[in-house]
Amino acid sequence: MTVKDLQKALRANIRDYGMYFALLIIIIIFTITTKGIFISSRNISNLMNQTGYIAVLAVGMTLIIVIRHIDLSVGYLSGFLGAIAAIGLVFWHLPVYVVIPMVLVLGAAAGLITAFPVAQLGIPAFVASLAGWLIYRGALLLVTLKSGTIIIPDKIFTAIGNGYVPDIFPSAALLPGVHKLTLLLGVLAIVWYIISQIGNRRSKLAYNFEVLPMDMFVLKLVLISAVLSLITWVLAGYNGLSWTLVIMLIVVAVYDFITNQTVLGRHIYAVGGNPEAAELSGISVKKITFLVFGSMGMLAGLSGMLFASRLQSATTTAGTLFELDSIAAAFIGGVSAAGGVGKVTGSLVGAVVYIALTSGMNLMGTDISSQYIVRGAVLAAAVIFDVTARRARA
Amino acid sequence: MSTPILEMKNITKTFPGVVALNNVSFQVEEREIHCLVGENGAGKSTLMKVLSGVHGHGEYTGEIVFAGKTQAFRNIADSEKAGIAIIYQELALVPEMTVYENIFLGHEVGNGFTVDWNETIKKADEMLKRVRLTVNPALKVRDLGVGKQQLIEIAKALSRDVKLLILDEPTAALNEDDCENLLSLLRGLKEHGVTCVLISHKLKEVIKIADTVTVLRDGQTICTLSARRGEVSEGVLIKHMVGREIDNIYPKRKHVRSEETMLEVKDWTAFDPKLGRTILKDINFRVKKGEIVGFAGLMGSGRTELAKSIFGNPDGFTIHGELHLKGERKHFAHPREAIDSAVAYATEDRKRNGLILIQDVKQNITLANLREISRRGIMNANAEVKVANEYKDALSIKTPSLEQTVSNLSGGNQQKVSVAKWLFVKPQVLILDEPTRGIDVGAKYEIYTIMNRLVEQGMSIIMISSELPEILGMSDRIYVVSSGRIAGEVPTEEATQEKIMQLATS
Repeated sequence: MTVKDLQKALRANIRDYGMYFALLIIIIIFTITTKGIFISSRNISNLMNQTGYIAVLAVGMTLIIVIRHIDLSVGYLSGFLGAIAAIGLVFWHLPVYVVIPMVLVLGAAAGLITAFPVAQLGIPAFVASLAGWLIYRGALLLVTLKSGTIIIPDKIFTAIGNGYVPDIFPSAALLPGVHKLTLLLGVLAIVWYIISQIGNRRSKLAYNFEVLPMDMFVLKLVLISAVLSLITWVLAGYNGLSWTLVIMLIVVAVYDFITNQTVLGRHIYAVGGNPEAAELSGISVKKITFLVFGSMGMLAGLSGMLFASRLQSATTTAGTLFELDSIAAAFIGGVSAAGGVGKVTGSLVGAVVYIALTSGMNLMGTDISSQYIVRGAVLAAAVIFDVTARRARA
Repeated sequence: MSTPILEMKNITKTFPGVVALNNVSFQVEEREIHCLVGENGAGKSTLMKVLSGVHGHGEYTGEIVFAGKTQAFRNIADSEKAGIAIIYQELALVPEMTVYENIFLGHEVGNGFTVDWNETIKKADEMLKRVRLTVNPALKVRDLGVGKQQLIEIAKALSRDVKLLILDEPTAALNEDDCENLLSLLRGLKEHGVTCVLISHKLKEVIKIADTVTVLRDGQTICTLSARRGEVSEGVLIKHMVGREIDNIYPKRKHVRSEETMLEVKDWTAFDPKLGRTILKDINFRVKKGEIVGFAGLMGSGRTELAKSIFGNPDGFTIHGELHLKGERKHFAHPREAIDSAVAYATEDRKRNGLILIQDVKQNITLANLREISRRGIMNANAEVKVANEYKDALSIKTPSLEQTVSNLSGGNQQKVSVAKWLFVKPQVLILDEPTRGIDVGAKYEIYTIMNRLVEQGMSIIMISSELPEILGMSDRIYVVSSGRIAGEVPTEEATQEKIMQLATS
């Protein structure tokens, strides 16, 4: 393997790897500036829990932006639905197993309502969802008007945002203080990753597709396995996997599967790539628009519950700026505003980058004013990098 | 004999892969109405774009002499300053602005900073009088008909002291009265010293008004005829317009036509609510099994709209009429339903609405029929590759890999991907809209061979084309479309380019 090969492979995939490099650099910088506190198990674990509600929104927003729309309403929608969850639990005394699906369904319905003017009447999503932004903001204030902040006592519900998957092999003798189940899952994930990559490479070779040279491929496997091991080890060193992280990973996995492996996913990207051609290929652009907005609404419900659960309460300001944070995360993650391009895994990494910035700067004691400026600069840099990388390839 | 106001000498303009203008010379005398005619793609519009600076100096070779001076227009502003105004078929007015705002848009009346609205309105009134239009200048342009809008465009040009007025198919969207009115206005302007160049497909109108006619064909000047010397007649013009030899580039095929009717359209009328007018009127035609039916006509005659209105009507026209597929009455509410009934439509503009350029070859090929390579909504990646490979080989699509982004392919290969996509839905009726536009001769031949193979297998093909030789070379029967109607049906044995052109320009 020569340096030249490495450069070539990097250049061809610079957009995909760029984000991971950015994340790596951010981690290194913060680790140095915080004398290692940033990379501590406890902090990383917290970071993941904070990422949860933004990442979930960013996943939905990715598809919205892929089909060339935007949804500004989801921030307050998630706040409003979090409040509904709290009201359901506290005032209506509904069991948590009823509240969670109910809020998800309400969210999906809200998404469909936002989609109606967009898909049916051709009203720009910016305007339609801005109206939703105002309405849900008002609705949130309205339902919390009498009670103010609603404290949620329900143990199961609050565990979603604060609890951890219990260790099934508690043992004081072997590796004390380390979460064994997390380790096991981490090892399984690495093994699964390597096997699936090898299988993927085989089938590509069978079709004579371009693949990475063998040495590069091994290097890639080693690198990613190392990163996965590191994450596993760090997480296992604290309380292990949090429920938020589990939910976030499931959402990303499901959406990644839908976007990459299903007919629906193909239709979504086709609508984003060229709506007119998609329509003429027998794809109903309207139907896809409704579906994508519906999924966005549902994820807003999930995000609202994650947030309310984390705070163990519903507040009057919940969801403020979530929509813009998730849009920023999606763009940092490589979604193209021109439509048709963007991966949900990218948006997950984008969300992690975004929250890592906040978390790191908080640890450093950086002033909030500088924090905004840095976040803005990172967003601008990511988008500029994205555009130039794309142009260089074309 | 008056002096020439405009001389374009040896103009050559090439686009990547195409010579649009080849050594064209074009001369316009002062105070005349000079008509420029030719088939679609003959180079008329390109020539006018060179003149008006859209294709600026340096992008073409040759010399432009206007008003006695050699000119090097870099952009439209330069040519406007020199006194050339061009009015396109798609009007360049701002519909939400008033008549007077539009007339003086870009050279507002005032001191250069603030606008003197009273003076603007007064001057606008004068301009409207010159074009003999009596409307309130405070009306919004949106609220006026196309005919009046056209006159406002002319008023706008006149307000800039235009010496040479170029009109690109001004009457295409006008009714009889508005046409008459416009033509007499042009005559009036001539009296007042304005020279006009008129691009038109309507030969009757050309004969009525032209002092001189120049015919372009395939990017070359064929001839310049003088009406005063009685050189202009419909027959002469058509002969010069189409006088191309049909070279032997059309592969032979076995005729396997059966008498079984595949598709029949009866009393088909479509109204476009966006344009607010009827775009297709009383269309009747039938397509038999194993036959290639050519739809000839000029651009904008309604052929694409007809195809789309049949293919699930994605533009939302209001349609009356009957559609029968294999004798069964059908109603397609969405392209999906048409595809499910084995009707396919490959669009005329593959880049705009045919392909998804940012996706790769296999994704494009399989897009319209993902059902076949999936189970319960989950894609089978191997099956997709297999299918894409089959079509890639069958149509010899030249691509480094199936994962190549379609935008990186040549035009001919893009077209083959588009055809492959529609063959994969296994259609019985395939509508090909301008199947060989913008691709080279070799690729054309391959597309023709594919078409022949398909009809030999019993498929029915509707081929919409603006290229007459292609229509004549490939079709079993020909329908000529003009202004949203079927102007005539011509069996190929009796068809000539002249005959088709006559119907198309009727």
